[in-house]
Amino acid sequence: MTEIEPTHLDVARIRADFPILQQTQDGRRLVFLDSGASSQRPIQVIDAMSELYRTSYANVHRGVYQLAERSTNAYERARAATARFIGGQTDEVVFTKNATEAINLVARSWGGANLGPGDAVVLTLLEHHANIVPWQMLAAEKGFEIRWIGLTPDGQLDLTDLDRLLDGAKLLAFTAMSNVLGTLTPVRTLTDAAHAAGALALVDACQSVPHQPTDVVAMGADFMAFSGHKMLGPSGIGVLWARAELLDAMPPFLGGGGMILNVTTEGFTADAPPARFEAGTPPIAEAVGLGAAIEYLENLGMDAVRRHEVELTAYALRTLHERLGDDLCIPGPSEPASRGGVLSLTLADVHAHDVSQVLDEHAVCVRPGHHCAKPLMKHLGVSATARASMYIYNDTDDIDALADALVAARDFFAL
Amino acid sequence: MSGLEDLYREIILDHYRSPRNKGELPTPPAHRVEGFNPLCGDEIVLYLDVDDAGIITDIKIGGQGCSISQSSASMMSAAVKGKTIADARRLVSAFKATMSIHETEIGGDGTEAEADDPSAATDLALGDLDALKGVVKFPARIKCATLSFNTLTQALDEAAPPSAN
Repeated sequence: MTEIEPTHLDVARIRADFPILQQTQDGRRLVFLDSGASSQRPIQVIDAMSELYRTSYANVHRGVYQLAERSTNAYERARAATARFIGGQTDEVVFTKNATEAINLVARSWGGANLGPGDAVVLTLLEHHANIVPWQMLAAEKGFEIRWIGLTPDGQLDLTDLDRLLDGAKLLAFTAMSNVLGTLTPVRTLTDAAHAAGALALVDACQSVPHQPTDVVAMGADFMAFSGHKMLGPSGIGVLWARAELLDAMPPFLGGGGMILNVTTEGFTADAPPARFEAGTPPIAEAVGLGAAIEYLENLGMDAVRRHEVELTAYALRTLHERLGDDLCIPGPSEPASRGGVLSLTLADVHAHDVSQVLDEHAVCVRPGHHCAKPLMKHLGVSATARASMYIYNDTDDIDALADALVAARDFFAL
Repeated sequence: MSGLEDLYREIILDHYRSPRNKGELPTPPAHRVEGFNPLCGDEIVLYLDVDDAGIITDIKIGGQGCSISQSSASMMSAAVKGKTIADARRLVSAFKATMSIHETEIGGDGTEAEADDPSAATDLALGDLDALKGVVKFPARIKCATLSFNTLTQALDEAAPPSAN
């Protein structure tokens, strides 16, 4: 069934780099289609972290001994690699625990200093809870308004009211790619509109940075958040990128060691960014792992990664429609070029939990639930979907296995 | 698919396809309580009518969820309708005891499970609910099975606060 054009990634060779994908489950090849929640990681990433622990680990920015210097260098090289990967400056990259913490950092630090009664923050119905709840928490304290950009029937942002929504707003915070519908949002249009209205733009790039080329300058972003574990890196590390002049003006987020120039009994003087926002011992090996993941993706080429996923998404939409027809509903943009490789599946009357249970019998890993996007799910009128999300190690065999398992689920519950 | 048939017993699928006591009751006099499974978004709305003698005279279930949470709610509603509040509490304990061994093992709902008193319930017949015992082999689904029981406990607490018993 592999009549699609040759992909530009050598998936067999890529799969060989992922130890976890070599296993079978009850004699079946493991089909991992949950990279939207968290990707797997290649041996190069595992080795880089292991190598640091075996040869070069010490706390960073502290000791003067050689181990400490090697560890600090490895940590800072990862920061430089991250900046290069997204087209930013090294000092504009703040390492956090995850993307959620990165957005909370912006909310607490920038938002805490700049938002108050009469102000507005504009969000979209596509947002993950990580880009909703921090603003709701802050709004409850500061008394600003939250406004929402709605959706068109095919899951795109409805921009007809954009100017009115942005009128008087101080921030537009939006996802570059929906983790439920796969919708790619018009990032530059949105950042331009925000700036024209005198607002800043925060981009939740968790689902886009791992899957396509990223250039924060071309995007026109002021803040951008993403996580390491969705892009072949380890869990426990996320990234906040922000324009240098914004970071310079922002107060600290968490207080502690590593973020100060001086502390007396009377008070403290905060360090310059990015150290100002990295209180305490940071995720050192995790940063090194993220650096290795970035190197792995750069070697593949992000254009090739994107092309692979567009082709695989097109194959999936076609195959699933052929095999399941109207029994399967996949909301979101129908055009593969307008979306990422995320398919939220609704199978006839079968609940997503039950679908996923049957898929597990076929060693097909998908994510059932609301995907931390309950306002979007309410808008779609569903409580849960079974989400299949693709990455560089997935191929048409995986999609065929998904289709087989979905047919089995439909037949099992139609008994 | 032997594993699946362990989970999805015929009686479970029957309650899923033909849920008993589905609907709403006027509030008041009915007590209305909502339960959520925050992991998957399943929701249950439970309506409970209790008379002065502490008898559950009517129960209705609304909301949406998977086959396990829906069938569990349906079977639970059939089991407690016409029973006393005390009997209903014993049923909750008995059912959660069948689920809680595993909950403690997987580090899930341990504290809540320990708070129950399984010994008070061992002689209670679970009836159709016995079919849900297969769920313990699927730890991720235990919360689906217990959702309606946790919601029932909330409703019972509202109808007759435990201290007043």
